Amino acid sequence: MYTQGLDQAGKDQEAGAETPEHLEAFQKRIDAEEKIEAKDWMPEAYRRTLVRQISQHAHSEIIGMQPEGNWLTRAPSLKRKVILLAKVQDEAGHGLYLYSAAETLGVSRGQMVADLLSGKAKYSSIFNYPTLTWADIGAIGWLVDGAAIMNQIPLCRCSYGPYARAMVRVCKEESFHQRQGFDIMVSLCRGTAEQKAMAQDALNRWWWPSLMMFGPNDANSKHSAQSMAWKIKRFSNDELRQKFVDATVPQADFLGITMPDDALVFDKDSGHYSFGEIDWQEFMDVVAGNGPCNRQRLEKRNKAHNDGAWVREAAQAYAEKQAACAAA
Amino acid sequence: MTDKEWPLYEVFIRSRAGLSHRHAGSVHAPDDQMALDHARDTYTRRTEGVSIWVVRSDRIVASDPAENAAFFEPAKDKIYRHPTFYEIPDGVENL
Repeated sequence: MYTQGLDQAGKDQEAGAETPEHLEAFQKRIDAEEKIEAKDWMPEAYRRTLVRQISQHAHSEIIGMQPEGNWLTRAPSLKRKVILLAKVQDEAGHGLYLYSAAETLGVSRGQMVADLLSGKAKYSSIFNYPTLTWADIGAIGWLVDGAAIMNQIPLCRCSYGPYARAMVRVCKEESFHQRQGFDIMVSLCRGTAEQKAMAQDALNRWWWPSLMMFGPNDANSKHSAQSMAWKIKRFSNDELRQKFVDATVPQADFLGITMPDDALVFDKDSGHYSFGEIDWQEFMDVVAGNGPCNRQRLEKRNKAHNDGAWVREAAQAYAEKQAACAAA
Repeated sequence: MTDKEWPLYEVFIRSRAGLSHRHAGSVHAPDDQMALDHARDTYTRRTEGVSIWVVRSDRIVASDPAENAAFFEPAKDKIYRHPTFYEIPDGVENL
């Protein structure tokens, strides 16, 4: 998406000052619900915020292939296996849509990949938890993709055009992800007592980390207010988390399994479920790189990248040879 | 990273016959054929297209948004190019 041209625009812009008039005109466009496109003038902080958010989002999709990839060879049937393969392939696709959206802001693909591989870049905390049983694949689709949808639907209206368009595509596909996960949970919960216990165990382990996906409480979320003003975010972390809880608890009731939260109760007055306190220390630890699988995820990503080097080199060599033949 | 970054290609997809190609996103690829293959795998996993165009991003010539006012200005004062400019007398039909 016009990356090269954009690099140039970025440099010109740095030379020019961000005058109050510029900033005010920009905010007016945002307030009028105009979309910002790649080559439009934008404040450097807006650009930086989007690069950080979109690239982290892309990295999350790429790392997100690992927990589920873990069960590809052990899916319980051929049907489940082809479905899971399609889902994991979608995650790769989502990563690519998002990298391509981030590149419109003037950051190179190579730089983003390098930052992921070196551990400098962050990705969603949820993917640092292990998938111990097949039921975890159900729980991930149902809860993790369910939480992702809550987050991502408002992003389809994000003020930055290329990100919003990428999210429209992503959201269409996430819906399949969530349903296939719930379908796995339904099968397990209608199965033997042992299978239903597996489903409950997966819910016990994935519920709290899923709630953490929405990020810190609003009071502690350092980027939130500005992102809301720029209409990058449309709802606060706590609002989205509440929506997710309200939507998900009745689904667990249907399955006949229960959230691992003694404080969870429906509040008739507000019409919402109130729930217990999240273990924020655990969240901070995982974000800081000390979750159950952080090191393993990065090692595996690096190995995959390095093992694929010969393919990239061969493709490059072939392209150069063809170009040389064509020129001769 | 020692990898040389592959060129960027913009991807345009015709979703079905009768519609024009529409920008879908971009891919990196070492050559044109692989750009097409990557575009297919990335943007048409659910039969979203019947035809794909890929074009190297650095070959696209684009207007500059900073110059929008001057660039598009010549069309702004020619309201007589729109049918709504013309008043139709009462009683006249099929016009």
